[in-house]
Amino acid sequence: MNGVLVPIQNCTVDMIRIKCPYCGERDHSEFTYGGDASIKYPALDAPESEWTKAIFFRENIRGMQKETWHHTNGCRLWLEVERSTITHEIKSVKACHPQIEKITKNKS
Amino acid sequence: MTRFNAWNVFKNGFTGQKNWDRQWRDPEPKKEYDIIIIGGGLHGLATAYYLAKNHNKKNIAVLEKGWIGGGNAGRNTTIVRSNYMLPGNHEFYEHSLKLWENLSHDLNYNVMFSQRAHVSLYHSPGAKDGAARRYNIMRLHGTDAELWDLDTLKKNIPHLNYNDARFPIMGAAVQRRAGNARHDSAVWGYARAADSLGVDILQNCEVTGVKRSQNNIESLETSRGTLKAKKVGFAVAGHTSVLWQMAGLGNLPIESHKLQAFVTEAVKPLLDHVVVYGVGGAHFYISQSDKGSMVFGGDLDWYKSYAQRGNLPMVQDTAEAAMAIMPCLGRIRLLRHWAGVMDMSMDGSFFICKTPLSNLYLNAGWNYGGFKASPASGWYFADLIANEKPHKHVQNHNLERFEKGINIDERGAGPDPKLHG
Repeated sequence: MNGVLVPIQNCTVDMIRIKCPYCGERDHSEFTYGGDASIKYPALDAPESEWTKAIFFRENIRGMQKETWHHTNGCRLWLEVERSTITHEIKSVKACHPQIEKITKNKS
Repeated sequence: MTRFNAWNVFKNGFTGQKNWDRQWRDPEPKKEYDIIIIGGGLHGLATAYYLAKNHNKKNIAVLEKGWIGGGNAGRNTTIVRSNYMLPGNHEFYEHSLKLWENLSHDLNYNVMFSQRAHVSLYHSPGAKDGAARRYNIMRLHGTDAELWDLDTLKKNIPHLNYNDARFPIMGAAVQRRAGNARHDSAVWGYARAADSLGVDILQNCEVTGVKRSQNNIESLETSRGTLKAKKVGFAVAGHTSVLWQMAGLGNLPIESHKLQAFVTEAVKPLLDHVVVYGVGGAHFYISQSDKGSMVFGGDLDWYKSYAQRGNLPMVQDTAEAAMAIMPCLGRIRLLRHWAGVMDMSMDGSFFICKTPLSNLYLNAGWNYGGFKASPASGWYFADLIANEKPHKHVQNHNLERFEKGINIDERGAGPDPKLHG
């Protein structure tokens, strides 16, 4: 990226662009933010303290975090996005569904 | 420190305004304090002020990583109200409003508190019922509250869109004692008043590390050296999780989100009240500053972020909401907009509580409501630090309330921080 643009983009209003694996790169306004994608829910019969942690407590990372976005105005898939909460830079995007590629391949 | 009064204004008028003292000292940090409050915003400074004033504590320092008034104290829309209905919340915010009413005298600093009324429009019969319920609960607890029908509303604020709004305006829930204050004055006033009671305000003093034993904080590493304290208070809403993890304490029921605010060019007097387009419509609040600028805000940017800058879709949303209720704003020009980082908590309510460490106290989770809350926040946080026991109004505002199932969810939105706007 050119040396003038980087500082400008780092300090002005930004639109996050998310590369949806199925629809291509789109403005984030097409998507709905889900939340922290690193949360693992405990077993149904796990003690209450574990459920409290999973539902109410967050690491609230200042830096790269995994999070979910729903492509509401696109393919309507849930995506797992690695994004910095400081610069909004996106490192990776993939579908949340582990077998999605197999399913879509079979359909075509 | 020179007091502000008529005599001193008169006297300094004759001496070219050259003999005023500086508003607060710039002391060198001592090695050890009895109490250190981290965060020199409204909450931290108010806490230090009430610790010194109400509890006669000495040897207090407030650490601020930037300068006083440069964080969220300078990034809000300055609305003060107490229209809360849940136990704990309404007593707390009503106490805060009462402190605001006398704050200029108390601090000897004009915080420009203007009780111009907070007018929440409603747009459907269901929203009217909801507003009536909330405002009746307020009246039962002695807070002023009233409902305005459409005629009263039109008489008071004639230039709202009463003709063809997508969500027709049907009336408003009103708190007359609510209004605005000047954000800079409030934070400077608290800094000056705390300083005059002997509190050391240490600016450019960022905490970079927390040294602790099993259940104690031993010292703080800062950009101005190592500081020791018998008691430590965190009041850094927006970045609470960062500091919490620096102390090795794990996760909190908080996410950091950003909220934008907007200021337009100054125009002649247009709006005498704080108007909220929020009950059964969009989410938008607007008032006019003393300089004449329209000051307004809307929703969160919807994704988690520590970046103090806003995004464009929310500028559009907020502008649309503005046009929906006040079409007369259509050609006004925006001067500035900015974003502040906020602690959004899991139930939309705050934390003033003890922590797993015996000498650490937490003040956090202010969501959208930190500005108006700051006097009471400082009051009850000082009370907690001094007496080691939460006041009954904040006894459930702790980290354990989620496991106990006693969430204080004013909006009923559930455990999703971004929905508690």
